[in-house]
Amino acid sequence: MKLADLSDHISQWFDGSGPSADIVISSRVRLARNIAGFNFLPCLTEDRQQQILETLKEAVLSLDIGSDKFFVAIDAAEPLEKELLVERHLISRQHAAGAGARGAIVANDESFTAMINEEDHLRIQVFKTGLQLKECWKQINAIDDMIEQKTEYAFNSRYGYLTACPTNLGTGIRVSVMLHLPALKMTGQIEKFLNAARDTGLAVRGLFGEGTEAVGDFFQLSNQMTLGISEQDIVNEFTDVIVPKIIEYETLARQELLETKAEMLDDKIQRALGVLKSARLISSQEALFLLSNVRMGVNLKRVNNITISDINELFMLTQPAHLQLNKGAELDTNDRDIQRAEIIRAKLS
Amino acid sequence: MQCQSCKTNTATIHLTEIHDGKRTEAHLCEECAQKEGVTIKNQIPLNELLSTLLSASPEVPDSQLIADEAMMDTACPSCGMTMGRFRKEMLLGCACDYDVFDKMLAPLVEKSQGGNTSHCGKIPSKLPSGSKKQIDVAKLQNQLDDAVKNEDYETAAKLRDQIGQLK
Repeated sequence: MKLADLSDHISQWFDGSGPSADIVISSRVRLARNIAGFNFLPCLTEDRQQQILETLKEAVLSLDIGSDKFFVAIDAAEPLEKELLVERHLISRQHAAGAGARGAIVANDESFTAMINEEDHLRIQVFKTGLQLKECWKQINAIDDMIEQKTEYAFNSRYGYLTACPTNLGTGIRVSVMLHLPALKMTGQIEKFLNAARDTGLAVRGLFGEGTEAVGDFFQLSNQMTLGISEQDIVNEFTDVIVPKIIEYETLARQELLETKAEMLDDKIQRALGVLKSARLISSQEALFLLSNVRMGVNLKRVNNITISDINELFMLTQPAHLQLNKGAELDTNDRDIQRAEIIRAKLS
Repeated sequence: MQCQSCKTNTATIHLTEIHDGKRTEAHLCEECAQKEGVTIKNQIPLNELLSTLLSASPEVPDSQLIADEAMMDTACPSCGMTMGRFRKEMLLGCACDYDVFDKMLAPLVEKSQGGNTSHCGKIPSKLPSGSKKQIDVAKLQNQLDDAVKNEDYETAAKLRDQIGQLK
């Protein structure tokens, strides 16, 4: 499988088919691991870094995870290819911009990726559509067991899995969900959600865009604490307590909007649709914002003939690297805005 | 206190700003605060949090402070990492750093991990059984703390016995 082959379709975990996918777009569980007997990345010599890459590449590629997988040498990849992987959430921006021998192993169906020599020697992650954190944990745990048979992890009984940054110490687990919360935003309750999340020790980030600010009402919610609490407890708390509460609040806010401000809501959705169907130039920021409104319209059955999968596809395929790889040419900002508008018009009309 | 902007809701956000030595206060309700662009910072980046924790040294005598400053240049014999470098990059150089710099790292770990100090999650299957026992004890201790907090003394007594047996 070639990297560019990914660029013309959406990832399976992004297709909007999973449980509660109108609000919870996707689930991800990531584990951070280091190999015993090797320095962490900041103090690792070039030779040793290369050695880790080779060892882990071979170990992970040989695993039977139920899907074929391919290796990408991130240090030798073209900037557009790296950007494509970042846009598809398969590698972190930090990994794309890193230094020295490093790589990624990606399952063909994109449900699993391994980053080698990112901040830690190994970061493995499993993605699923909708709210499926328990399934993600089960799968990543099994993969972690298989890798452990082939190598020895840095571990001690006091601090558990040892990581380069103390904030990942212990389980090395990061559990996260991508959320679409337009009604909480519209009814002015989003700050409450953000504050409550922070008070509970969770991290909230914007999902798309360069910075951490959430564009188009998409948020990524994840745990910050990794020590002194078991993986299963973290996953259960997210699945059984935290996320259902957020789903409940967003659903209530949507109902309230429908009951008290239906005209305003329809106006917002139809205006967004109108601009998307007719614009000739559209920036990624504007597209995200408008597509977010249409996505809510589809979820609330105020828009016909468009599916959530269509909208999710537009989110993914109108990102800069996707546009350029699909066009087969480098495009400047203006050309990208033209290309983006064309793709959106073609899909929605 | 009433919101000074809409004059109807109760003010729940109290903002004090100091500009060029002049102090101004604003008392707003949540809605007006949002309208005026006053938002509470959503998330403190982890690096910033760690830096703040590291630089916030509680009341330590000067002599101790000097000793700590001297420790900033002490290098880990295994990887060469210093606490001075860690302070800037927030990443450690090897697994030994957790022992070498324990005095400085232990309080930092405790603060950034919500007061937790020991692992009670997954254990590699290759681990010697002595270490496994230590983690099992930590797990049971956590459950015991929860039981006491919930005043479930029957469970607490059972857990205490189990811990006793393991030790």
